[in-house]
Amino acid sequence: MPRPEVLDWLRKRFFPHMWCPGCGHGIILHAILRALVDSGKKREETVIASGIGCSSRMPGYIDACTIHTTHGRSLAFATGIKLANPELTIVDVMGDGDCTAIGGNHFIHACRRNIGITAVVMNNNIYGMTGGQASPTTPLGAKATTAPYGAIDPPFDICKLAQGAGATYVARATIAQPVICEQYIKNGLANNGFSVVEIISSCHTQFGRKNNRRTPLDNINFFRNNSVPIAKAQGMTPEDLEGKIVTGEFVKRETPEYTRLYLDLISRVGGNKA
Amino acid sequence: MPGKKIFISGDEAVAEAVRMARPHVISAYPITPQTVTVERISDFVEDGSLKSEYLHVESEHSAMSAAIGAAAVGARTFTATSSQGLLYMAETLPYASGARFPIVMMNANRTVATPWALLSDHRDSLSQLDSGWMQVYCEDAQEAFDMILQAYRIAEDPRVMSPVMVNLDGFILTHTYEMVDLPDQEEVDAFLPPYRTENRMDLEEPRTVCYASLDEYMEFHMKQEFDMRKARAVIAEVDRDFGIRFGRQYGGLLEKYRCEDADAVIFTLGSVTGTVRSVIDSMRGNGYRVGLVKMRFVRPFPEDEVVDIAEKVKAIGVLDRDLSIGYEGIVFSNVSSSVLRACSAPAMVNYIGGLGGRNISKDNIQEMFLELLRAADGEKGKRVRFVNVGSEYDG
Ligand SMILES: Cc1ncc(C[n+]2csc(CCOP(=O)(O)OP(=O)(O)O)c2C)c(N)n1
Ligand code: SF4
Ligand SMILES: [Mg+2]
Repeated sequence: MPRPEVLDWLRKRFFPHMWCPGCGHGIILHAILRALVDSGKKREETVIASGIGCSSRMPGYIDACTIHTTHGRSLAFATGIKLANPELTIVDVMGDGDCTAIGGNHFIHACRRNIGITAVVMNNNIYGMTGGQASPTTPLGAKATTAPYGAIDPPFDICKLAQGAGATYVARATIAQPVICEQYIKNGLANNGFSVVEIISSCHTQFGRKNNRRTPLDNINFFRNNSVPIAKAQGMTPEDLEGKIVTGEFVKRETPEYTRLYLDLISRVGGNKA
Repeated sequence: MPGKKIFISGDEAVAEAVRMARPHVISAYPITPQTVTVERISDFVEDGSLKSEYLHVESEHSAMSAAIGAAAVGARTFTATSSQGLLYMAETLPYASGARFPIVMMNANRTVATPWALLSDHRDSLSQLDSGWMQVYCEDAQEAFDMILQAYRIAEDPRVMSPVMVNLDGFILTHTYEMVDLPDQEEVDAFLPPYRTENRMDLEEPRTVCYASLDEYMEFHMKQEFDMRKARAVIAEVDRDFGIRFGRQYGGLLEKYRCEDADAVIFTLGSVTGTVRSVIDSMRGNGYRVGLVKMRFVRPFPEDEVVDIAEKVKAIGVLDRDLSIGYEGIVFSNVSSSVLRACSAPAMVNYIGGLGGRNISKDNIQEMFLELLRAADGEKGKRVRFVNVGSEYDG
């Protein structure tokens, strides 16, 4: 049962939620709320943005300033919000399809700019909402409604993508580690720049059904048995790492945040905004 | 494959038709309620029953771009979308039509955000009426199946060479099941021969497609317009030929139902047509002179047919499942401008209904007819009415 101060952040009139019972996204919702509360955030100063997908239903359930935008484009909306009011805390919640398929362009540009937004990417390796089609993170060989005999498209590694594109905090955890999820989201919020927290989530309904992970518990057990912390992974061969989920913090570095640079520029060239 | 009758949904009927049309390239991004179509097609491609390339692209913009690319090297192509996906594709639609590529696309009609909603209306497709695409609307799964095949014949006709959007009401048609007659593959092949075109990159004699031109820009689009006008006759011709071969005919640009001596008619698009038909049957039984005009094609627009109807009836109702905010229903505006050419001036009422999937009941339709019949007798009323909303909204 969530703590009372966490419960305060739930928009209760939107319940019951639309997620399937046992959907991994609920664990992430709870982790995000705990991280916001423990980081001392106020609901009036926090924006939760999302695109479209099961994951993107989340802002409906959070009683903060929330916006449900178009599929893949939440980071573009969030960038506008952040530039208009850099004081706000912005958490952008998105699915793997939202983030890396239709929204891939916005994702790499948000990373490149290092704008002060925390992106929580709920990666369940599938387009859950539309009925289980293959996404850019569907593992090779996994089945999907558009890949009935197994996916052949090489998947993205979201953390490597974020790192390559310039995000200044990048971490990965799975829903089998709710406390670590919460910790990474907190670290992401504390980073003054673009943070990417990829959380490996589960969709037993669409992904699990086709890939021998029928129940929510099958998924949790799979994550538990196949996760490798980054330190251990460094000593392993690529063959040993095949099919494994490497968890941990991949990037933690400081470079100037975008809205700061922008405001500095304005004051330097004599604009009237401080 | 011999002909057979099977029990399938509208989405599946489209997939079956695509399998029989044998496109070379299919590219699509999933969106409810189109998903079942693209899932079935990917099944067919992977089990070898459809010899096509299926591209799992990362957005609708890429889906249409890939279809354009494939068409540019002479391929028959297919894509499917809905709602937000169609809007996201918008930039590429005039690109395809301007390049005169005969791409066929299925659009599962669904409303557009915001507010977010899943159910059907025609705001998505009608917003793209000026994109240079032909648009046809289907009443049931059989018609959807048949129109995919007809769409390729019409689009690829050398007199036309323009893309076609085949519209099916989301859920109402895409997700409901009915018996659909699937013809024999050889008969389909005879109706729809392989696509051959000069309008392609030529590997022997390299040249450009999709070029830029300031000098001929206007003439270019005039040619497109004139060919689109020619498409009217081609649509009727293809429908007749289809009827002879397969025993089903739809009336070409539009279908008139019990209009002979009608005083009042209602114009419809898509699945609501069936409901209007049954209201007409029962009202006719009680002596009311009412009829239906099922608009099938909205582009090219059936101008002469509408003028002809306007000269025979006393009142016209247009049932729009869309709204051009700030004016009136889009179909109503289009019908009205043709009615102006008629020698008589029937009363005109625009009924806006079914937005975001709001039900349009038989009672609603009967009320429309009764109001139209009063208008036919000279009663003055409102020009635009909203259907099935609280009286405070239609006040
Ligand atoms: C422009 C556009 N194209 C397609 C869709 C359909 N659509 C809605 S959600 C979704 C994918 C969701 O997958 P993901 O982002 O991984 O979220 P999940 O449901 O798995 O949490 C798609 C393709 C849409 N809403 N808008
Ligand atoms: S379909 Fe999958 S992602 Fe969507 S709510 Fe159900 S379990 Fe979660
Ligand atoms: Mg997903």
